[in-house]
Amino acid sequence: MSPNASETMPVTGRYRLLGHPTDLEGHLTALGPAPLPSGRQRGWREWFVSVLEASGLAGRGGAGFPAAIKLAVAHAAGPGGTVVVNGMEGEPASDKDKLLLIRAPHLVLDGAQLLAAASGARSVTVAVPQGREHVAAAVLAAMAERARTVHAPVPEEMVRPPDRFIAGEESALAAWFETGRSLPSFRPDKGTALRIGRKGALVQNAETLAHVAMIARTGPDLFRAHGLVEDPGTSLVTISGSVEHPGVVEVDRGTPIIDVANRATPLGPPQALLVGGYGGAWVGPDQFATPYASLSLRAVGATAGVGIVIVLGRDVCGLMETARIVHYLAGQSAGQCGPCVYGLPAIADDVTRLARGHADHGLLARLERRLAQVEGRGACRHPDGAVNVARSALRVFADDVHQHAAGTVCQHWNRGTQLRFPTVLRAAAS
Amino acid sequence: MTVRILIDPVACDAYGYCAELLPEAISLDEWGYPMVDGKALPADLLEIAKRAARDCPRRAITLRERKGGH
Repeated sequence: MSPNASETMPVTGRYRLLGHPTDLEGHLTALGPAPLPSGRQRGWREWFVSVLEASGLAGRGGAGFPAAIKLAVAHAAGPGGTVVVNGMEGEPASDKDKLLLIRAPHLVLDGAQLLAAASGARSVTVAVPQGREHVAAAVLAAMAERARTVHAPVPEEMVRPPDRFIAGEESALAAWFETGRSLPSFRPDKGTALRIGRKGALVQNAETLAHVAMIARTGPDLFRAHGLVEDPGTSLVTISGSVEHPGVVEVDRGTPIIDVANRATPLGPPQALLVGGYGGAWVGPDQFATPYASLSLRAVGATAGVGIVIVLGRDVCGLMETARIVHYLAGQSAGQCGPCVYGLPAIADDVTRLARGHADHGLLARLERRLAQVEGRGACRHPDGAVNVARSALRVFADDVHQHAAGTVCQHWNRGTQLRFPTVLRAAAS
Repeated sequence: MTVRILIDPVACDAYGYCAELLPEAISLDEWGYPMVDGKALPADLLEIAKRAARDCPRRAITLRERKGGH
């Protein structure tokens, strides 16, 4: 029960992030105002923290870190910081945060205001990459509607970092604020608060913030009515690849991944699913029933952290697609750590040779060794993602691996890709 | 009290002195960057590890003390 329950409108029925009105008036009519504290309302923070804790909300930006713990770390760092709405969405196959910022900007901003009130932050900063003008326009329009109203007790502003894969990694984003360069930092202690200069920064993914805003309105139970006990709620997933209707869907955590893929109507029986984006993992048909949930996906080498499912049709070569992904990830390295700078191109080269049937005798052993050597040795998890997707390809496309390694390439090796890659080259963007 | 070697991969520029001083705990990958075995450092290597940290031209090595055995 909210301490100002008389002011808030109970939201009943099915919990969902998408499908509510976009403009402020419609947003308030449908969902009511966010239960922000009125003045220095006593007991509000304790109430809010208990609701967030009880919800069990885990971050939807990649790492799946509990939102309540992240809030506690930011609060302990002291007041005067900023809540950063991470709308960077650097994964080329992800659209969920763009969609959310366009369709439900007030929900996302409400979530940021709630976390600002609970952490003692004095501003909200929305990060939208350069070039995504339609997203930026939607956010600016929403901010203009809220400015100087009770819905925006702390000021909201927008910043426009360059559009790079790595730019949304939270330490890279914090570094961009300080230095203008999106470089991840080496943080052996992830439990310490991020800082921008001397101020604390609570960085949360746009979808996570939308959940915060919904959960604060509905209470934890409606959120927990979806998903699993250990991994509750709903998730936005972008589905692409060999499907009739690519796009973003909202699914309950725990939904079998093949049912998630089926929401986009695959063009034929999938050869494999890429779950978790370009640093995620291929999952083969024998594991299509795996629940879309952190622990279950981890058990098959994938991740629910990044809401991406890509359907691979049977008419393309999974190894060739993997080579394209690892090349892309190698090009997107921030260029700071040796194992990433030298290891990813070497791994990409090995996978390409394998896919094209140009494997030398020692290739598989060398590739395995390189994967083991690179894993866990970057400041951020970028190289680990490349290792993860390459390893999953060796496992899921094992039959292809042996054929290709013996010099017999599959008939599909030179087909065009079913994956999405940015059309702007890295050289042009930097 | 156990000690673990921590290498900052951003700072490290593959000089390789550490692996030469401490081959028992640090090896180099094929590009010359140090890999730590991740185990607790044997007590008799502590002094050499301190020297490796001090002598690193990039100051990329820290020794982290941990109470308990992990």
